[in-house]
Amino acid sequence: MQTSVSIRDLSLNFGHVKVLEHLNLDIKDGEFLVLLGPSGCGKSTLLNCIAGLLDLSDGEIHISGKNVTWKEPKDRGIGMVFQSYALYPQMSVERNLSFGLRVAGMKKEEVDKRIARAAEMLQIEPLLKRKPANLSGGQRQRVAIGRALVRDVDVFLFDEPLSNLDAKLRADLRVEIKRLHHRLKNTMIYVTHDQVEAMTLADRIAIMKGGVIQQLDNPHAIYNKPVNLFVAGFIGSPSMNFIDGTLAGRVVKADGIDVPVDRYDFAPETGNFSGDIVLGIRPEHVMVGEAAASQPVQFESELEIIEPMGSDTIGWTSFAGQTFKFRCDSEVPLEEGQKLRLGFDPARASMFDAQSSERI
Amino acid sequence: MSNPATISTNVAVDAVKDDLQLSTERGPRPKPFFTTNRIILYSILVVACLYYLFPLYVMIVTSFKTMPEIRFGNIFAPPVEFTGEAWAKAWASACTGLTCQGLSPGFWNSVKILIPSVIVSTSVAAVNGYALVNWRFKGSEIFFSILIFGSFIPYQVMIYPLVIITRELNIFGSIWAVILVHMVFGMPILTLLFRNYFASLPVELFKAARVDGAGFWRIFFEIMLPMSLPIIVVALILQVTGIWNDFLFGVVFAGTQNYPMTVQLNNIVNSAQGSPEYNVNMAATILTGLVPLVIYFISGRLFVRGIAAGAVKG
Ligand SMILES: Nc1ncnc2c1ncn2[C@@H]1O[C@H](COP(=O)(O)OP(=O)(O)OP(=O)(O)O)[C@@H](O)[C@H]1O
Ligand SMILES: [Mg+2]
Repeated sequence: MQTSVSIRDLSLNFGHVKVLEHLNLDIKDGEFLVLLGPSGCGKSTLLNCIAGLLDLSDGEIHISGKNVTWKEPKDRGIGMVFQSYALYPQMSVERNLSFGLRVAGMKKEEVDKRIARAAEMLQIEPLLKRKPANLSGGQRQRVAIGRALVRDVDVFLFDEPLSNLDAKLRADLRVEIKRLHHRLKNTMIYVTHDQVEAMTLADRIAIMKGGVIQQLDNPHAIYNKPVNLFVAGFIGSPSMNFIDGTLAGRVVKADGIDVPVDRYDFAPETGNFSGDIVLGIRPEHVMVGEAAASQPVQFESELEIIEPMGSDTIGWTSFAGQTFKFRCDSEVPLEEGQKLRLGFDPARASMFDAQSSERI
Repeated sequence: MSNPATISTNVAVDAVKDDLQLSTERGPRPKPFFTTNRIILYSILVVACLYYLFPLYVMIVTSFKTMPEIRFGNIFAPPVEFTGEAWAKAWASACTGLTCQGLSPGFWNSVKILIPSVIVSTSVAAVNGYALVNWRFKGSEIFFSILIFGSFIPYQVMIYPLVIITRELNIFGSIWAVILVHMVFGMPILTLLFRNYFASLPVELFKAARVDGAGFWRIFFEIMLPMSLPIIVVALILQVTGIWNDFLFGVVFAGTQNYPMTVQLNNIVNSAQGSPEYNVNMAATILTGLVPLVIYFISGRLFVRGIAAGAVKG
């Protein structure tokens, strides 16, 4: 597949503040790429650079095979959807949708045809005559998506489009965006700090921190094989258990307990690493009670706190003197203070060099 | 019911119920009108009102009296012989220096000065403010600082240089000189006003319009301007009252033929010939103050409506 958006060596400074530095990113045609990261890591900045709303300090941006680094936003073949909707308040929905087309001097019939198509796709036909003030948040965001839709662009840019909406609406619109992507097959770049959105929508996720892409991979790999401690801790809820220990040979020693990790899938470049490590185990990979018996690593622990979530339950215990969470079915009978048998499989765990915090 | 715990809870609930029935507080809290705070507040308001309205009352009453009645009567008493002569004289035949045409030429001069200066200064300031917020250029911050600094320099300092400039431009002593000066002096404060207003609008609106392909003027006219009604009204009030009430620039730059209303009012009131005609003076003063007053009443209402319209969340 041909690349749709290529970012080469992009740097961006606000005065002396370096927000993005030597960033490289290739996005395939028709791919849904999610930029995920904590607040202030430069996601919006990157998106604004791609849109042409910010001048780069260095580097190049190519869209659909053309170098657009110096091009105006409108000449880049992009459409953008903002968190705050950014609908023109004094224009009706219809005029909001047609604004870009009118600016481009398009014929009336063609404008009407495109608006009808977008309105049908987003189910906003009954709203066309209304002003944005008379719409609900979800409807506003649909109109905002429609504004990008009518312009028939190659690349959609979304900047946290759902974060102003309540949880239920967010889930609905999330599915709708996915449906839209299946139907249009455009390239989409989607900024969020909601990991559920990222995992459910993305073909690939780019996890960012401090303006640097930490890991760029499909959701499965991001979840199961995080490349460093930051990614491991950022993805997953409740977050991964981290156990400090020392690796010697194929055994991790943590607070006097030996954990055999010969089943662990070491990265090829690790070699015969030994020294301080962090062992990461996802709470949902921990087995409780009977089920623990089949696990390679087993231990007994006292249950301190129970958090019932409805669908499942999170229990807080300790392992090797450190906090340890597990997640189990809500039907499992649990009681605070109870002694529990827990087990996990190192093959599903992650291990990180304590010094570099890289995966080993 | 054999469980003792259940029984004791029920007893507790009954006790609470009894307590509730005794209480009398229910529904909206009563708001007594005559509280100490209110009495103090309203007394102060009434005094302040009288303080401002009394002189106005005296002026209006006096302007409808004849001169003999003013000379011998009580100044607070309403007119015995109600007459509009003083008003007619103030408007059409009172002597302002050499000519005796009343205030009317001054009124039209003021209008001729007001309209172009208000329109031009407000429009230019709106574009300035918009450019300063949304189209930052190299040095735009410095440019803005200089502009703001300009609004703190006392007018008197700049009068002599401005006289020379307008003389060199060959417009000194004409209406155009006054217009130019008003435009220049209105610019800093109006630009500040518009800049702050545009800065308070969400920047995404501007970005969305850029992505939609609109340029500088298109965004200004189609996106920004329709949202700026409240601030335009504020700017208009400021400029209209400021320019209408101006005396200094009119006296210096306009030339005798083009004196604005304020200058002619001064000439009527301070004219040396004859005994002072208080009724004419009062009428002339009210006439001169009428325009800003009317603007307040009209635009005040517009202003509220403008704010309501501007409170649309995009
Ligand atoms: N105009 C600006 N001037 C100076 N610094 C800025 C400007 N805009 C953003 N920054 C800084 O750049 C960094 C990245 O900002 P950005 O808006 O890209 O973050 P983000 O990842 O989108 O965060 P969020 O999830 O909160 O939207 C932040 O540290 C921010 O303070
Ligand atoms: Mg952001």
